[in-house]
Amino acid sequence: MIDQGNLEFRHGVHPPELKELTARLPIRRMPYPTEVVLPLSQHTGKPAKPIVRVGDRVERGDKVAEADGYVSSPVHASAAGTVTDIGLWAHPNGSYSEAVRITVEPFSAQATRPRIVPDWHDLSAKEIISAVQDAGVVGLGGAAFPTHVKLSPPKEAKIDVLLINGCECEPYLTTDHRTMAEYPKRVHLGIRIMMRCLGVDRAMIGIEKNKPDAIEAIKATLPTDLDVTVHPLTVKYPQGAEKMLIKALLDREVPSGKLPLHVGVIVQNVASVATIAEVFETGLPLVERIVTLTGRGVQRPSNLIVPVGTKVRDLIDACGGLTPDAREIVFGGPMMGASVANLDAPVLKGTTGVVVLTDAECTPPETYPCIRCGHCLDTCPVFLNPQLLGSLAKVGRYEEMEPNHLADCMLCGCCSYVCPSNIPLSQLFQVAKVALSKQKRAA
Amino acid sequence: MWSVVGSLVPVVAGSIYFFGPSALLVIFAASAGALLIERLFGPKNAIGDGSAAITGVLLGLTLPPGVPLWMAFLGGVFGIAFGKLIFGGLGQNIFNPALLGRAFLQAAFPVAMTTFSTPGGSWWALRGDNFALPLMSAAPTDVITGATPLGLMKFEQTGTDLSNLVLGSTGGSLGETSGIVILVCGAYLAVRNYLDWRIPASIFITVALLGGVIHLIDPVRYGGSLFMLFSGGLMLGAVYMATDMVTSPVTKVGSWIFGFGIGFLIVVIRLWGGLNEGVMYAILLMNALVPFINRATQPRVLGSRTVRVMT
Repeated sequence: MIDQGNLEFRHGVHPPELKELTARLPIRRMPYPTEVVLPLSQHTGKPAKPIVRVGDRVERGDKVAEADGYVSSPVHASAAGTVTDIGLWAHPNGSYSEAVRITVEPFSAQATRPRIVPDWHDLSAKEIISAVQDAGVVGLGGAAFPTHVKLSPPKEAKIDVLLINGCECEPYLTTDHRTMAEYPKRVHLGIRIMMRCLGVDRAMIGIEKNKPDAIEAIKATLPTDLDVTVHPLTVKYPQGAEKMLIKALLDREVPSGKLPLHVGVIVQNVASVATIAEVFETGLPLVERIVTLTGRGVQRPSNLIVPVGTKVRDLIDACGGLTPDAREIVFGGPMMGASVANLDAPVLKGTTGVVVLTDAECTPPETYPCIRCGHCLDTCPVFLNPQLLGSLAKVGRYEEMEPNHLADCMLCGCCSYVCPSNIPLSQLFQVAKVALSKQKRAA
Repeated sequence: MWSVVGSLVPVVAGSIYFFGPSALLVIFAASAGALLIERLFGPKNAIGDGSAAITGVLLGLTLPPGVPLWMAFLGGVFGIAFGKLIFGGLGQNIFNPALLGRAFLQAAFPVAMTTFSTPGGSWWALRGDNFALPLMSAAPTDVITGATPLGLMKFEQTGTDLSNLVLGSTGGSLGETSGIVILVCGAYLAVRNYLDWRIPASIFITVALLGGVIHLIDPVRYGGSLFMLFSGGLMLGAVYMATDMVTSPVTKVGSWIFGFGIGFLIVVIRLWGGLNEGVMYAILLMNALVPFINRATQPRVLGSRTVRVMT
C-alpha cells in the first residue's frame, strides 16, 4: 500500500536543490580532532549541569554533564581525554555559553568503557525512555528537542500515528538521505522502538521524491509485522517542517500555537530515529552524528561521522580546507540555517550540516521598497500575510504583529526567497520575535 | 520593473505605426515629466527602479495623439507628484499614478483630451497641434478628427468593423488601439509572473458577460461583447493599469473581486454615464477600495479558525 499520489502541502517554494555535491558520497568517519568543546546547552530546554572537574580524565561516552530538570538532556564526552576547562566558549548561535573543553588523548583507541547493552525487548516503555534520556538523545533535525519528552506524551493526548521525517527539504543537506540509504535497518529498528514506547500501531515515513535510492533502501527493508509505510513526497520546501508534513501525509492541521500531539501525531526525524536504535545496538550515548559538510566554498564536500563538539575549523580541515572564494559558513541549510562567524564554534547534536557559501552566493542584492505584489502571500506555507508583517516590522510596530499571527511564523524564509524587492522578511520577523519575547520577559 | 517597460515597446511601436511621429512625441513628453519629478523630489536613485518610466510611458499611451506636448508633460508631473510621491513614494500610493495624471488632464483640458484624429493621411504629419504653447489655444490644423468607436456607438449608434478594432486602425488614444499587441505583451508578463492574470481575466469576463447580455436586449444601441472588449482603453487598462501591483489587492481572491468590480464599473460608465469611456474612472474607483478588499480577503492562517483583522 504505497502511495503514489502527489502528496504535498499548499504554497511553498522550490529552490535549487544543490544536493548533487554530496548525495552520492558514502558516509565516512572523520579523524578525531585534538580538542572537542561540548556546550552545556545543545538542546531545547535548560542547559545541562557539569559533573566533571578540570583535570578529570574521561573516556569516550562518559557523562560530563547531567540533565537539569525534565526538559533537559545530559552531555557525554565524545572523545577520550582530559577536561581542561569549563567556561565560556563560542556557541554556533553567536553567543558565548558554558562549555566543557576536553583535550583529546592522541593515539587513543577511543574504545568505550565496557558496558552491558540491555536488550530492548525485555524493557518496559518506561525503561526504554529513561535509557534514551540517559543517552542524551535529542532531535537531530535541527531543533534538538529532547527525545524522551517527545516519547512520553501526556496521557490525554491520543497518539495514533508516528510520522518519520525523511524529507530533508533544505537545499545542500544530505545527512538524512545518506542515513536512509546506508542504514535503513537501523532506521527501522528505531521506528520499532519508538512505536513500542508510544503504543502506536501505525508509522508513516515521508521522503521527498528526489531521493530515490533512499526510498528504495527503506522500502526494501520494511518490516512485515508492523504497519509501516513509505510515502514519496513532492519535492518542495519546507516539506520537512512538522506541520507541513502532517498536512501532506494525513491532511490534519495542527492548531495554531499547539504541538503535533494535539492532532494525535508524533513527528521524528530519521537521523534521531537511527540514533535511538544505535543506543540499543551499541549502548553508546549520543556522542557523534552524521554531518554534511558541503557548499561550493569547501574543497571536498563530504558526509561525515563527526564527534559532537568538533570545531568547524577541524571539520573543514578534514575536508581539504576552504576554497579561495569561500565567504560564509552556515550551520544548517541555506534557507533556515544561521551563519557562524567563529571558526571555533563546535558542531552540536542538532547540527544537520555545515554549508560554506562563496562570494557569488552571498553578495546581498539591492533592496527596493515593497510594491505589494503579494508573492509572499502566495508562498507562505502557514498562510500568513508577510507583506503586512514586513511593513509593521520595518517600522518597529512589533506589538501589532502579534494579532497578525507572528507566532505562527516558523521563519522558513519562503517569503524572503520570492520577494522581488529582495526584502529580508524572515530576518525582520526573527528580530521582531526576539524583541517581543524580551519585552514580555521585562514586563 | 524594466522588463515591464520593455514589454511596452511593441505597444509603443504599434501606436507609432498608427499615429506617426506625434505618438513618439507625446509618450516622450509624458515620460520626461514623470522622470523629472521623480528625479527632483523622489528618493535617491529612484529612477533606477523603473517605476517612474512605466508611469510616464503608460500615461503617454492614454493620451490622444494630437494633445499639446506641454499638457502631456504636465500630466506626467502631476501623476508622479500627486499620484505617488505625496504618499511616500514607490509602494505607498493608493491610486495608479498614470491614471491619476490622466484624470487630472481630463479635468483640466477636456477638449484637448477628447479630440481624436482618425488614422490616415501622411504618416509624417502631426495629428494635431503638438507644439502649442502652454495656456494658448491650439492652432487649428488640417487633420481630420473624428469620434472614437465608443463615441460613435454611444452618440450615433454606429458600429465599427471588429477587425479594425482588433488590429487598432481606429481613432482613439495612442495605446487604445491594437488589442492583439497588448494581449500578447500581457501574456508575456503573466508568464513571467510580473502581473496577476486573474485581474485582466476577471475584467474581460465581466465586461463580456454584461456587455453580451445588454447587447441581446438592445442590439442597436449597445455593442456586443467583442466590441466592448476591443474598443476604447479596455485592453491597455485591464492589462497594464489595473494590474499595477502597488494599487491592486495582494490576495488572489481579492484580485478576482477587484477585476469584477472594474469590469462592472466600465460597463456601467460606458453605457449609462455621461462619458463614452469609463476604464480610467473604473480603475481609480476600485483602487480606492483595495485596502478594504485586502482586509476582507485575508487568508486563513493554517491551524486557526479566525481570520485575522488587519490593523
